[in-house]
Amino acid sequence: MSMISIRNVSKHYGSFQVLTDCSVEVNKGEVIVVCGPSGSGKSTLINCVNGLEPFQAGEIVVNEVSVGDPKTKLSNLRARVGMVFQHFELFPHMTIAENLTIAQEKVLARPHDQALEKGMKLLDRVGLKAHAHKHPGELSGGQQQRVAIARALAMDPICMLFDEPTSALDPEMINEVLDVMVELAQEGMTMMVVTHEMGFARKVAHRVVFMDKGAIVEDAPKDAFFGTPRSERAQQFLAKILSH
Amino acid sequence: MYEFDWSSIPGALPFLWTGMKVTLEITATAIVFGIVWGTLLAAMRLSPFRVLSWCSAAYVNLFRSIPLLMVLLWFFLIVPQVLEHVFGLAPGSDVRMTSAMAGFALFEAAYYSEIIRAGIQSVPKGQVAAAYALGIGYGQAMWLVVLPQAFRNMVPLLLTQAIILFQDTSLVYVSALADFFGAAYKVGDRDGRIVELLLFAGAVYFVICYSASLLVKYFRRKVSA
Amino acid sequence: MAYAWHWEVFLQLAASGDTTYLGWMLAGFETTIGLSLASWTMALVLGSLAGVARTLPGRLWPGLGTAYVELFRNVPLLVQLFGWYFVLPELLPPSLGNAYKQMNPFLQQFLAAFICLGFFTSARVAEQVRSGIQSLPKGQKNAALALGFTLPQTYRYVLLPMAYRLILPPLTSEFLNIFKNSCVASTIGLLELTAQGRQLVDYTAQPYESFIAVTLFYLLINVVVMTAMRRLESRVRVPGYLGGK
Repeated sequence: MSMISIRNVSKHYGSFQVLTDCSVEVNKGEVIVVCGPSGSGKSTLINCVNGLEPFQAGEIVVNEVSVGDPKTKLSNLRARVGMVFQHFELFPHMTIAENLTIAQEKVLARPHDQALEKGMKLLDRVGLKAHAHKHPGELSGGQQQRVAIARALAMDPICMLFDEPTSALDPEMINEVLDVMVELAQEGMTMMVVTHEMGFARKVAHRVVFMDKGAIVEDAPKDAFFGTPRSERAQQFLAKILSH
Repeated sequence: MYEFDWSSIPGALPFLWTGMKVTLEITATAIVFGIVWGTLLAAMRLSPFRVLSWCSAAYVNLFRSIPLLMVLLWFFLIVPQVLEHVFGLAPGSDVRMTSAMAGFALFEAAYYSEIIRAGIQSVPKGQVAAAYALGIGYGQAMWLVVLPQAFRNMVPLLLTQAIILFQDTSLVYVSALADFFGAAYKVGDRDGRIVELLLFAGAVYFVICYSASLLVKYFRRKVSA
Repeated sequence: MAYAWHWEVFLQLAASGDTTYLGWMLAGFETTIGLSLASWTMALVLGSLAGVARTLPGRLWPGLGTAYVELFRNVPLLVQLFGWYFVLPELLPPSLGNAYKQMNPFLQQFLAAFICLGFFTSARVAEQVRSGIQSLPKGQKNAALALGFTLPQTYRYVLLPMAYRLILPPLTSEFLNIFKNSCVASTIGLLELTAQGRQLVDYTAQPYESFIAVTLFYLLINVVVMTAMRRLESRVRVPGYLGGK
């Protein structure tokens, strides 16, 4: 069953084409890694999935709801789609606990106690229970990103989107975040992950999508992609990424 | 419904222009003296001498805490007496223009000095250190290295302050000095056409200030580019 | 200059017969405070709305917000005040205009000054609110939306609480400005602090004492507001953020 279905999506800012005829299917329980050089449109594509950016042509269907349809209530859809950002985007004026509960209370209308219990359980899961009373600015980048993942999970998402979750982190903090993501993948979460972490892709991805200049150049099962990428550009990209 | 009658405006244009010249004269004087005095105040504030820096801070904070209108009233009260005393001017001579100019210049200097101080502080400290390393003294380092860079950053803010000043000159109304606004009010009062004259004055101020603010935006883009 | 100082003049019975000249001053002080606080409330509300409007997606709301701000920023305060006081009652439907003109003069003046200062200051508040919102990382808005917040919720819970914290210092100076600007109301006859000071000059012929007193009152307002705002600033400071901690 298809959870995220991107069909022939194109997008442009004025005359500048950002996405050209992109199609990707993400089935329930699948982990898809999207990679490609910077400026290739991967972040734009993932932002289109929950309607943070509009697109002009094609169709995106998430859990049988069409994102581009003006009748769709985007906030309802987004509440079910978890998203993790490059720069964490925790809310700096709230404590960690409040970051975890606010959307549960205001969007899902959960009672405070229930929201807090859920939040604390997830915070414990990412190993940060002791920091609940702190503000985001008092945590390291890796810790903040783990909180951000917990925040998304608190909404009981049907799938998760990751937009370069480790690229703003100091190298020594990357693994603590990847570990949480690997665990999540192994539990069967449907994930669409924009990342350059090829180790992560090798470990848990089902398929790898390679983008360049706004188009999907390659969409292959993990082993096929790492074994013998068909396109020359993907080969060059892999060579560059893996050389260090 | 109110019936507009704009007929008193065309005939009054020469008089209104005289008023505008007063407005512009006060604005220009206050800008020039305000910037000169404001630069000195900023330099004093940033100087290593405690006394100078304290005096400058007191001056700036005092002027920034009291309303411009109050400052003007002070100057309309004091300046004539000082002039009489020092220059032996005949009592009762019309020194309202001088008083207004002095009041505006000294008041604006406080605001200009804050803008200039911020501008100077926006220049990286390494620049002064580099100047010292070349054997240049404090005064010259300020004049040759810091101020030219600082002024570039300050131009938009200085211009914005000038627009505010231009609007604020209308407050000389309290001395019955006929600046542009005063002139418009007088004509309106004379012809029983206050509504039309006030709307006209408002429109003129708007066109001038809005155009000037577009100019500031253009400068800002140029500076940041 | 031989000036005869008579500070005791404040304790003399005022011409109105019911209080001392100091009483006049205090009455003016009260009017200044009341007028400023009332206008500030209006300015905060309208300014926040206009500032938010300028950051909304699309063309319509930002355009309206910009027009609002430019209108009130590019006409002198005095002209705006005279507009509300002299022009508006003439342009209103006669029944409303007449009702206004029949109000007690103090109310008329207060109302005009209140509306004038409210609108005038709201344009400046709007600019601060807009720049506060725009200085937040763009990802904050996206993060809130991605959690399922509606756009109003995003502003209410995420963008505005941070934006207000960031703009607290410039808001403080706008707050101080409204007290200073309120003295322009003396030009339409409202007996606030400055007007009382001038009236005192006329009645007592002791200009220096009364002007010094008025100036001291303004300095007092300044000190109180600054202290209060500094306290507020440290209370809402976000740990680990910017100047936090």
